[in-house]
Amino acid sequence: MSSSTGAQNPFLEVRNLRVHFPTDDGVVKSVDDLSFSVERGKTLGIVGESGSGKSVTSLSVMGLHKRGTADITGEILLDGQDLVGLDPDAVRRLRGKRMAMIFQDPLSAMHPFYSVGSQIVEAYRVHNKVTKQVARKHAIDLLERVGIPNPKSRVDDYPHQFSGGMRQRAMIAMALSCDPELLIADEPTTALDVTVQAQILDLIRDLQAEFNSAVVIITHDLGVVAELADDIMVMYAGRAVEYSTAEDIFTNPQHPYTWGLLGSMPRLDRERTERLQPIAGSPPSLINVPQGCPFNPRCAYDALNGDLSTTERPEFRDVGGGHFIACHLSGEERTRIWENEIRPKL
Amino acid sequence: MDRDDLLVAEDLQMHFPIRRGLLRRKVGAVQAVDGLTFSVKRGETLSIVGESGCGKTTTGRLLTRLLEPTGGKVTLEGRDITHLSMSDMRPMRRDIQMIFQDPYSSLNPRHTVGTIVGAPYRLQKVDPPGGVKKAVQELLELVGLNPEHYNRYPHEFSGGQRQRIGIARTLALRPKLIVADEPVSALDVSIQAQVVNLLEDLQNEFDLTYVMIAHDLSVVRHVSDRVAVMYLGQIMEIADRTALYERPMHPYTVALLSAVPIPDTNRKNNRERIRLQGDVPSPINPPSGCRFHTRCWKAQEICKTVQPPLAELAPGHRAACHFPENTDKLTIDPTGVAS
Repeated sequence: MSSSTGAQNPFLEVRNLRVHFPTDDGVVKSVDDLSFSVERGKTLGIVGESGSGKSVTSLSVMGLHKRGTADITGEILLDGQDLVGLDPDAVRRLRGKRMAMIFQDPLSAMHPFYSVGSQIVEAYRVHNKVTKQVARKHAIDLLERVGIPNPKSRVDDYPHQFSGGMRQRAMIAMALSCDPELLIADEPTTALDVTVQAQILDLIRDLQAEFNSAVVIITHDLGVVAELADDIMVMYAGRAVEYSTAEDIFTNPQHPYTWGLLGSMPRLDRERTERLQPIAGSPPSLINVPQGCPFNPRCAYDALNGDLSTTERPEFRDVGGGHFIACHLSGEERTRIWENEIRPKL
Repeated sequence: MDRDDLLVAEDLQMHFPIRRGLLRRKVGAVQAVDGLTFSVKRGETLSIVGESGCGKTTTGRLLTRLLEPTGGKVTLEGRDITHLSMSDMRPMRRDIQMIFQDPYSSLNPRHTVGTIVGAPYRLQKVDPPGGVKKAVQELLELVGLNPEHYNRYPHEFSGGQRQRIGIARTLALRPKLIVADEPVSALDVSIQAQVVNLLEDLQNEFDLTYVMIAHDLSVVRHVSDRVAVMYLGQIMEIADRTALYERPMHPYTVALLSAVPIPDTNRKNNRERIRLQGDVPSPINPPSGCRFHTRCWKAQEICKTVQPPLAELAPGHRAACHFPENTDKLTIDPTGVAS
């Protein structure tokens, strides 16, 4: 999928990515033919439920799957350089320097035995030939930049001495230590309270404006992506089902799964609805992904397509203006359903 | 006490002692819950919201008497249950049940679904008509599970299905009150909506009263009749759902509501957001006066010294603040509180 602006080369481009895990029970197809791209200074939001492949995708980009456990095919182009099949040492030199990641749970992403400062210093010195004193100064600056009070003394604290919000800030400081050009944030605020979440989202937005990085934010919270993302990709069962600008996804969603997500969420900005409109059933096993459209067992409209839903996998195609969906429904049917059945109930 | 009140908490307090040194002397206390007064009416859903560490889970455990309060009183249908012993509490447990947050750790992995859901009958020595197996299968059907899954183990189910198993277990004895501690927060969005709808249906069918403990303000607005906002072990504001969401009086409530991300790209630029600085202070050594004053943008001298009472500023709407918001249309003079 090429970006709608097209002129600039995307900083990260993923083409036909497949990540399969062979297990005793069968092959887990966590990511199956996924393509997307992000430009510098832009934010892509990846939305989906657990098991939709969003975290596996980000770990593949970062080269963090253990060797021999995952079968990765396709292309992951970072500034034109393909990371799939690249020597692990070469990926390690890129990681931290050109791309960095913020994890969901800062307590398990940081080493409990080392002080917060020494972990930032380590990350910085791996990529920069500087003395410990210079790196320490840099760490203090970074902690101050992400809003840790008293950074001069807190730099020697251990992760357990930080609160959840401060730990997440410290991890962001670590991720930013080498001014990465690509920042992947995997559920960066899920473990945080709503007031702290607002602080962290502000921080990510400010930092992006400052460094002009490409940002990928992975979340299940549509509110969070609406705050941050320029473009949104909705994933289901390891595949993209819808992709467009953030505005388009919220004002004119085209895929029944996206409708389902919107109907499942109670919203503070609307009148209270009497009843939520959940999606029936539960996400499929990634070992036995349903034939045809993977969403067909849960789709309320699959009957409109006859046998097509269960026999043929819908192509991920542009339905106008860079709005991509993978759905068999015709344009008229989608418009009719959205206008008459979905939007009035939201 | 009102006849409609099913459960009443008066000045409820839970201070966990901190012991240090060889003699394990008490050197302080975590003031997890510090002076809660509220009532739960029959048939209503009261939600308790707040950030992590505000004492909402402790409150739930006090109401169900999984913890014994260090002060105050809990009455269920007029009967004081504050200091009942384990064995005296047991018959009361038919009336109060609990739904837990984590559907993975709250079900015994070595027991079948049948054993888990049938446990309340065994423990309470109740013989349901038609036998335990039939009763359990009816319960499974009621919560939207296949009754044939009676002999399966928890690991064979997804998170949402496990939460349904937990709900079936709480319903076995037809309780009057269900305390649900974050019942949907561990679930995916689409599954969350299914469970929220299920809880609503069950409430209508069995006349249940719910105390929901939650942090997701959007879900809370959807499910609740009344909402209590907690901060550092105390209630900051308690009101009907509509009043609380449309005319929040406590600055903390205002800040919480403004921090919720709205899934609408047009809104993000023109919505005023109040940014709270810093983190929640430690409940070991809570701030003097109003506990929120360290993070409040309206705080004045008086807030540091005098703790504002939880005063009724509008009918059914209580807030503990010297300088409440949204009071311009009130008949009660809020300055009486501040002076």
